[in-house]
Amino acid sequence: MISSIAWKNIWRNRVRSGVIIAAITIGMFAGVFTSTFYKGWINQRLDAGVETEVSHVQIHHPEFSENFDLKSVIPDGAKMAGEIAEMEFVDGVSPRMVAQAMIASSETGTGVKILGVDPEKEKTVLNLYTKIPEGKYLDGVKRNPILIGKKLAEKLKVKLHSKLVITLQDSEGHLVSEAFRVSGIYHVGNGMFEEMNVFVLKSDLARFVQLDENTSHEIVVHLKDHDQLSQKTELLAGKYDQSLVQNWKQMAPELGLLNEYGNIYIYFFIAIILLSLGFGIVNTMLMAVMERVKEIGMLMAIGMSKFRVFWMLMLETVLLTLTGGFMGILLGIGVTFATMGSGIDLSFYAEGLEDMGYSSLVFPVVEFKMVLVIVTLVLITGIIASIYPARKALKYKPAEAIRIDM
Amino acid sequence: MNVIEVKQLEKIYNDSEVKVYALNGVDLRIEEGEFTAIVGPSGSGKTTFLNMLGGLDQPTSGFISIGGTEISKLSSSELIHFRLHNIGFVFQAYNLIPVLTAKENVEFIMQLQNKPKSERESRTMALLKEVGLEGRENSRPNKLSGGQQQRVAVARALASKPKFVLADEPTANLDSKSTENLLEIMEELNRKENVTFIFSTHDQRVVNKARRVITLEDGKIISDVRKAILPQ
Repeated sequence: MISSIAWKNIWRNRVRSGVIIAAITIGMFAGVFTSTFYKGWINQRLDAGVETEVSHVQIHHPEFSENFDLKSVIPDGAKMAGEIAEMEFVDGVSPRMVAQAMIASSETGTGVKILGVDPEKEKTVLNLYTKIPEGKYLDGVKRNPILIGKKLAEKLKVKLHSKLVITLQDSEGHLVSEAFRVSGIYHVGNGMFEEMNVFVLKSDLARFVQLDENTSHEIVVHLKDHDQLSQKTELLAGKYDQSLVQNWKQMAPELGLLNEYGNIYIYFFIAIILLSLGFGIVNTMLMAVMERVKEIGMLMAIGMSKFRVFWMLMLETVLLTLTGGFMGILLGIGVTFATMGSGIDLSFYAEGLEDMGYSSLVFPVVEFKMVLVIVTLVLITGIIASIYPARKALKYKPAEAIRIDM
Repeated sequence: MNVIEVKQLEKIYNDSEVKVYALNGVDLRIEEGEFTAIVGPSGSGKTTFLNMLGGLDQPTSGFISIGGTEISKLSSSELIHFRLHNIGFVFQAYNLIPVLTAKENVEFIMQLQNKPKSERESRTMALLKEVGLEGRENSRPNKLSGGQQQRVAVARALASKPKFVLADEPTANLDSKSTENLLEIMEELNRKENVTFIFSTHDQRVVNKARRVITLEDGKIISDVRKAILPQ
């Protein structure tokens, strides 16, 4: 009965309740949709970062990351790669050869990182092969194929099948040059990655830098279950303690931070919206309570306990808040579902996004956990907003309240 | 059997440095089944006295016993519980819950008492029939006349099976026909079911119906007259 009265009380003044419910609805819609949009944006960046650029785990010689010395190879790299590939939690392994070099076209030149890979093994750790709109993945040219990023192609002003000259110091310290031909141009939506990383066949790079083809500077590991990332990283680090074993969160801490602080940012943003709405809810409930002092006095006079009066007013506030909250959340989820298929194209407003590694086509996502947290925050807002008006109502003595002329 | 027993009741308000005696040594006994009016000019202490009897206010000194319980010693929460089970209230301005129907208003007090649904429903329907509102159970207060609303209030007051009903100026907002009708209903409830009614009133029609009239002045009972000697 008390919950029924609380619900009916909300609709005593339809205009006033309607206004605050509309405000909550709009506020929660803005909060939820911004959150699903931002979450989609973060997830896309993480997905691109992990599945296209870094993969789950990488193993290096401990000094390799400091100087990129071609002699800093992984001890028994081929054997290690073979062992890891046999582990039941591993999805794919790709041993790589890595060198720093200068790349030049007939127009201009720039510094790049050359990754010597086995294309078939590489496909088991990264999905880069699915992001080649022009040409093929290290195939389709007779000799020395090279896969370059779209951004680098634009910078060097080269096209498919154009010739590029790579100059580097080989393992003996000699400056050597060799010509490569563009077999494909990849596009991952991260301008920095596209500009800095080129892929060649591991056998071509080995010959070029005068190292054995089985030599590896980098072993890339893709796990079957990403949720076991930390656990399996520790396991590999323990087993191969002569090498540096790092997962993507350790190698690209900015991605890890994005993941962890992204959620905090979303909840903080929602909390700020709810805080401002909370003042509106308190004001509305205060008006509602002050109009009903006489009635509340009567309820206490006939024997309704203070706890029950408090509970009734709290329910009233919570129901008012949840009504607007649910409408806003449903609207936000609805708009998210409507846009998650086609995505939201920001390229017109933010051309530079891709240079930072963020896609300009954003696909919002709904996460159950996020919705649950938002509903909880709405509920908490309702409860907190009810305390002041309810306490105010209980301050009146029944005998005085009944005689107040409204 | 005494329903109410009051001894040397005092209520003093401290207005600045001047003591104001709202009630000054009131002694009274009201027995079960009485139909009593408390009258007196404004400021005589009627409202204060009713608040004391209803457990809505605490006396400065003195003794109030209702059905053998000394309510002047009860805490605030004990008083609320006591009122719920022992005292029925009828207010001048009806004070029904506007979002509830007549039936729900009457039933509400029994819900506070945690009575089972079957008992609540049967008693509610019986009470609404007794006050002549059969067929109007599902009307909200704003669809009822002032007289009908006050009859719902009487039914609500009786719903908790109280030891007595306190009615504060129950006819003040009613026209003469509604007043007559309400008084007849309350008189019949008193006569048939031995319900004890105590009114505070200025209304001569209520005074005429009452079988006992207590007059207050300056916080003291100056007369306590039984119907047998009332002028008709």
